[in-house]
Amino acid sequence: MKFAVIVFPGSNCDIDCYKAVEDTIGQKVDYVWHTATDLSGYDAILVPGGFSYGDYLRCGAIARFAPVMSEVVKAAEQGKFILGICNGFQILTEAGLLPGALLRNENLKFRCHSTLLEVVNNNTAFTNQYSQGEIIDIPIAHGEGNYYCDDATLAQLKANNQIVFRYKAGANPNGSVEDIAGISNERGNVVGMMPHPERAIDQILGSEDGKRMFTSILNAWREQHGAAVNG
Amino acid sequence: MKATVYVTIKENVLDPQGTAVQGALHTMGFAEVGSVRIGKYLELELDTNDKAEAEVQLKAMCEKLLANTVVEDYRFELEG
Amino acid sequence: MAQQLTAKEPTAEQIADQKIYQQFGVSDYEYELICGFLDRKPNYTEIGVFSVMWSEHCAYKNSKPILKKFPITGPKVLMGPGEGAGIVDIGDNQAVVFKIESHNHPSAVEPYQGAATGVGGIIRDIFSMGARPVALLNSLRFGRLENDRVKYLFENVVSGIAGYGNCIGIPTVAGEVMFDESYEGNPLVNAMCVGLIDHDKIQRGVAKGVGNPVFYVGPATGRDGIHGATFASVELSEESEEKKTAVQVGDPFMEKLVMESTLELINSGIVVGIQDMGAAGLTCSSAEMASKAGNGLELYLDEVPQREKDMTPYEMMLSESQERMLFVVTPENEAQAKEIFERWGVICTKVGKVTDDGRLRLFHKGEQVADMPVKALVDECPVYEKPSQEPAYYSEFAKIDTAAYPEVTDLTGALKQVLGSPTVSSKEWVYNQYDYMVRTSTAVQPGSDAAVVTIRGTRKALAMTTDCNGRYVYLDPEVGGRIAVAEAARNIVCSGAEPLAVTDNLNFGSPEKPEVFWQIEKAADGMSEACVTLETPVIGGNVSLYNENSKGAIYPTPVIGMVGLVHDIDHITTQSFKSEGDVIVLLGETKAELGGSELQYVLQGKSEGRPPQIDLAVEKRTQNAVLAAIRAGLVASAHDLSEGGIAVAVAESCFGTKMGADVNIATELRPDLALFSESQSRILLSAKPDKAAELQALLAEQGVTHAVIGTVTGAGSLKLDVNGKPGVAAPVAELEKVWKDAIPCLMK
Repeated sequence: MKFAVIVFPGSNCDIDCYKAVEDTIGQKVDYVWHTATDLSGYDAILVPGGFSYGDYLRCGAIARFAPVMSEVVKAAEQGKFILGICNGFQILTEAGLLPGALLRNENLKFRCHSTLLEVVNNNTAFTNQYSQGEIIDIPIAHGEGNYYCDDATLAQLKANNQIVFRYKAGANPNGSVEDIAGISNERGNVVGMMPHPERAIDQILGSEDGKRMFTSILNAWREQHGAAVNG
Repeated sequence: MKATVYVTIKENVLDPQGTAVQGALHTMGFAEVGSVRIGKYLELELDTNDKAEAEVQLKAMCEKLLANTVVEDYRFELEG
Repeated sequence: MAQQLTAKEPTAEQIADQKIYQQFGVSDYEYELICGFLDRKPNYTEIGVFSVMWSEHCAYKNSKPILKKFPITGPKVLMGPGEGAGIVDIGDNQAVVFKIESHNHPSAVEPYQGAATGVGGIIRDIFSMGARPVALLNSLRFGRLENDRVKYLFENVVSGIAGYGNCIGIPTVAGEVMFDESYEGNPLVNAMCVGLIDHDKIQRGVAKGVGNPVFYVGPATGRDGIHGATFASVELSEESEEKKTAVQVGDPFMEKLVMESTLELINSGIVVGIQDMGAAGLTCSSAEMASKAGNGLELYLDEVPQREKDMTPYEMMLSESQERMLFVVTPENEAQAKEIFERWGVICTKVGKVTDDGRLRLFHKGEQVADMPVKALVDECPVYEKPSQEPAYYSEFAKIDTAAYPEVTDLTGALKQVLGSPTVSSKEWVYNQYDYMVRTSTAVQPGSDAAVVTIRGTRKALAMTTDCNGRYVYLDPEVGGRIAVAEAARNIVCSGAEPLAVTDNLNFGSPEKPEVFWQIEKAADGMSEACVTLETPVIGGNVSLYNENSKGAIYPTPVIGMVGLVHDIDHITTQSFKSEGDVIVLLGETKAELGGSELQYVLQGKSEGRPPQIDLAVEKRTQNAVLAAIRAGLVASAHDLSEGGIAVAVAESCFGTKMGADVNIATELRPDLALFSESQSRILLSAKPDKAAELQALLAEQGVTHAVIGTVTGAGSLKLDVNGKPGVAAPVAELEKVWKDAIPCLMK
């Protein structure tokens, strides 16, 4: 399986994502520059955190017009696995691959600490190694992670089981609608989340609960390509 | 032509910055302050004299980049 | 407006006759020297360039005699003071690069941008050496947090640090914040950056190779921050508010691009010399690079990218626009260098060339507008030996017996007061605004004695801390100077690391005052002694003088930034208790020492008397023993005793663990003194019951005074008895709440 980690000017979790793929599942991974125009060689695309284009104007607003983004949209249409983390989540919503938007944290401050998440939907390519309702420890680090969508969209998210992660009840760090921490698209192959699974892959960092997101992706890909892998 | 674009958070979306400023103004004794909304103000120089065309272009700019219409409203003024 | 300014630029004659040079902080004597070096009167641009090169900030003209006192060499020191940052060997062809720098005055005037650009500047110092920055720290001092202006400064300084560090993606992992009215109106904002480098990648700021082109990298130059270096070298006053134009605006996104492209350039191996444009911008970087190579430099100012119209040579040379670098390559590598910056979308322009005549020549609009000897700019600034005088308070304080304060009998109440004091209380409100996890190497997060950052691909890690108790230094500068270094090293050792070296930030009042100069001298003596004994040479640093407010000088605050090496990540140790039943051991002797203590500040509202004393030999022995015990796997937790003494140290070791402690202290001291004295060279260890005997044997063998004082309990309550009689007794959760809520409550 082959991963791409997209690098925009100002991405700063690109290296962490790259290493997480290496350390957790040992699959091939490349940095792919924001100017790239071909993602056909990749099975999964990670849109990392950071401050793409300084987050000037609006988080993710400028990044979504980078040349590589039309390839990301194409990959999403082809059913490839796409995971946007933090700024990556913001970019995916700006690009319209995921519904809603990310606003400033309710307390107006950047917040960095570990958070407890509930796995709301373990039936995705990104969460199949967790159990339903499991509480996992994944850190956040963002100033604009307050997920917002209108009521109609929210109803749709619920109806289609698109809410993937929620902050544990009573521990919502940013004021997001219904404690939402991560969502998927309708098809389930695109996920965006504010918490950073790539920062929770080793006990020395405080948690290794993020590891299983990576093993989930590999597992899902192997199921899709069962014959090829076994053969 | 010169265009001025105002981007504000939609009425029905919480504006934590606005709420914070409102609280601060109240603390400072400006009791008459009702709601406060904070937004962005942009000045653009446009290389055209065709007002109608400028309006079409500006609308596209706002929809595509300058505002996120999921959570933001925009309006603009043209002069010159 | 700009045009008018240009038109009004005074002539060399006017500068001389009207003594305009004095406005730049150049004395009559210095002006005469400059005329001598030039063999004529300097024009406006030249006097501007000289004034910044000869400011305290760039020339250390008042502090050079002090800096000479510090030990600067050691077997592992690869580069000492003089370059952008010092470098220490950590084995396996790797080295650690670090430096601390102040941005006190800009932060007092515009706290967000002042702090942000302070962070940006220190990061450039690190990557311009060729190192990859891996961690940021900061040491902050403010007035009393009850004051509204202090709240504003605190809030915005923290946001500024967060805004810059978070965006560029370098974790802010440690630091300290202290509040004392001494710093009202003149906060201290010291930022430190730590980087990693391979030995063969180390760069120097030299303009070598006559004929080589000189390149400018980074955003265009504006009129921001003109005379920042001079601004840092004068006292703050009412007028400073009007000098807001002297504060620069930071762009961390641009710096991220400049950093990545510069590191790529350096890794390509084609750089001859490189230096960041910090204080005094283009002036300082060009003059220093030429000086270090013994060469000259020509700059073609029309080529300098300009953000504003009609900029004069004076303005371009003195601008402190941020995120800019200057580098030299050979002509055949020009194209390759330009290609790298183009790919990153960063401006890179040829602005000059290296010459052999030892002169800095500036050209503008076809004319030579300045011509100065490089050596005069860099090396010939006069050095002043300032008069020094022991202040009256020093002998007065000798008479005060802090052990004679009325006895505090409500010890639980006193502990809550100390835990709730903003200086001692939890700094979570601060560090939760910093991204301290990006780069996924942070093994020990903020809130412990020292932060620990792992080194990928090895079993090693770096421990880092900043420390200085300005109250101790004020009460007795020499002792306080020793303690600052000793405490930093103790923090490093408690995290399981071997202390390597020091970067210092000397924050003092005006050196024109003999009493302040006495503080500087004595503090430096104390720091030097400690650096020698603890084998931690000073590899670089920064001097910030003229820190004064309406009430006089701030407390003398020589902040120590220290880095240590964890030889194996298994040695990483934190302050938190680990398991119920573990044995608690106190190392060191507790004496009746409340001078400069947090209890004194909280109860008496002032700092007076003598600070705790320190025996550096005992300190060294204690640190060696603790490090040996940690490496032998005998230690479960280790915590340095500092502000608030044993009571605070035991409480902090319980916080966040859901455990408690049952402690009894046998002492001849009064209970309040025993619990809150801040005697030095003390460390709190805990050990598994089956390791306790071996630990005690090791401590005894190394001659370290110690006593088993209690056990870790599962009950979640803290019990601190003194001689078997009740002292402190409270649920840990209750104490933790006081400790955690203090700053958030004040900041609401």
